Amino acid sequence: MDKNSYTIKPLGETALLVTFGNEINPQIHKKSQNLAMYIDKHPFPGFLEYVISYTSVAVYYNPFIAKKSYTNNKNKTVFAIISNIIDEYIEKAAKLPAAMPKTIEIPVCYGGECGPDIEYVAKYHNLSTDEVINIHTQPDYLVYMIGFCPGFPYMGGMDERIATPRRSEPRLSIPAGSIGIAGKQTGGYPISTPGGWQLIGRTPVDLFLPNADDPSLLHAGDIVKFIPISPQEYKKMEDDKL
Amino acid sequence: MSLKIIRPGLLTTIQDCGRYGYQKIGVLVSGAMDTYSLRLANMLVGNDENEAALEITLLGPTIEFTADTLIAVTGGDFKPIIDGMPVPYMRPVAVKAGAIMKFSNCQLGCRAYLAVAGGFDIDKVMGSKSTYLRAGIGGFQGRALQKNDLLNTGTPTAFSQHILASLLSRGAQSFAQARWFIGKAQFSKEKLLKPIRVTAGLHYKYFSESAKYNFFSSQYRISKDADRMGYRLQGEVLKAEKPLEIISEAINLGTIQVPPQGMPIILMADHQSVAGYPIIAQTITVDAARIAQLKPNDPIHFKLVSHEEAEQSFIDMEKHMENIKIAIMAKLKN
Repeated sequence: MDKNSYTIKPLGETALLVTFGNEINPQIHKKSQNLAMYIDKHPFPGFLEYVISYTSVAVYYNPFIAKKSYTNNKNKTVFAIISNIIDEYIEKAAKLPAAMPKTIEIPVCYGGECGPDIEYVAKYHNLSTDEVINIHTQPDYLVYMIGFCPGFPYMGGMDERIATPRRSEPRLSIPAGSIGIAGKQTGGYPISTPGGWQLIGRTPVDLFLPNADDPSLLHAGDIVKFIPISPQEYKKMEDDKL
Repeated sequence: MSLKIIRPGLLTTIQDCGRYGYQKIGVLVSGAMDTYSLRLANMLVGNDENEAALEITLLGPTIEFTADTLIAVTGGDFKPIIDGMPVPYMRPVAVKAGAIMKFSNCQLGCRAYLAVAGGFDIDKVMGSKSTYLRAGIGGFQGRALQKNDLLNTGTPTAFSQHILASLLSRGAQSFAQARWFIGKAQFSKEKLLKPIRVTAGLHYKYFSESAKYNFFSSQYRISKDADRMGYRLQGEVLKAEKPLEIISEAINLGTIQVPPQGMPIILMADHQSVAGYPIIAQTITVDAARIAQLKPNDPIHFKLVSHEEAEQSFIDMEKHMENIKIAIMAKLKN
């Protein structure tokens, strides 16, 4: 990849930020995913972890361990050494076939007790609740990043016909599994928390399990499809978890 | 073998060096706010440096030891006593079964670390014993310690057991302390008041000249909103040259961001992984641990250093910690 198409900047002396652009779109995000995937396969000495966000990847490392491992680069800063490694990784990652994204289907019981704000959303746009459900279940949503709380996905791709401002009065507690809309965003709450999103449905699937091998159902780069289910199906899936 | 919490203090939690590898799924790093003090406490009782210890905040706990236990206390000065006798910092202390240790309020600094030989017998969650308070993950039942909690300790190494036995062989009443201590690493009021070193943040150049000048030349104070997540400061208002549209991106420990009202926030151990405010500066890691020892209303100054200097101080501190470890091991073996 052309070196002018991204920037690498220090984020303190223990991390650097690789930025691939200044627009939120799947093409730029793909570059972050490719780099992250390459680092997963080739962690360098001192590497700690990475965080993917909309347009960038932050790479965290221990400069002491990195410095000890690259003894023939005595006069270079650790930042310069790791930047060179990242340049190389980006170049090599670009030559590899892109990984197929994982598609995850999330069953959602829309409306009723599970989605108390769906009628407000429908009214706001002069739609029926069925139309809201239709519009919400159509797209393939791209998970740009996980943040805010464990397992919380920031997704892109929602149809603007159902974009709705947050509630003027946030709820003190949103049940875990709630699927909501905030402006042009849609997302799901893995754990119960206060929040101002318009709640249109709820999933019986656990988005986050702290003791599982892989605690988060979703990861940056995944594709999400929402599948409507009936209240009976919702209840059965909840009961089966016990 | 366990520790019984008689009084929990203001905020006493179990922390190790942090939970790495899971920020990408929204799980914070957590861990000790002053990691160097935590690591020293562990070294002094023969533990792995990354073992979990108690992080004690502002108002200390009262703890009963149900068995003979080798401990060490480091960090902020809480004047702990056992049977009215002061328990010294920065050295191994053998505490006898039945002893009750009372920490007072913090006289200097903000956070102390109490390590026990063998560490705490607690399951790791996502590779760490640290308490992630907001999500209720890790540590002791995912929460701060409460009255009557019983914390089981792990099995001390044969080496730690030998030190415990040799200290107790001197005929202690309720505790016995090593005759030596680590003096060089102890912090003083002077050290706490030294300027906090920062490098230029990602959006430094977008701040007005007067904002940059004010940030480095004026004194800020730690506001009452200062916790494990971040420290809000009070002082001169900082403004960007023009409003910035920033796409949320990852941040780091010690990142100093400036929300629209213009008062800086320093992000600490429980900071979220991603944020969208302009970043004026980035605290160097070594000094972020020093911020952990500042409390509300304390003054704080910032000094701009180069990236090279920031890296060098990180590396020098690690060498310093290695040397201390060698010195402690030599002392413990005698």
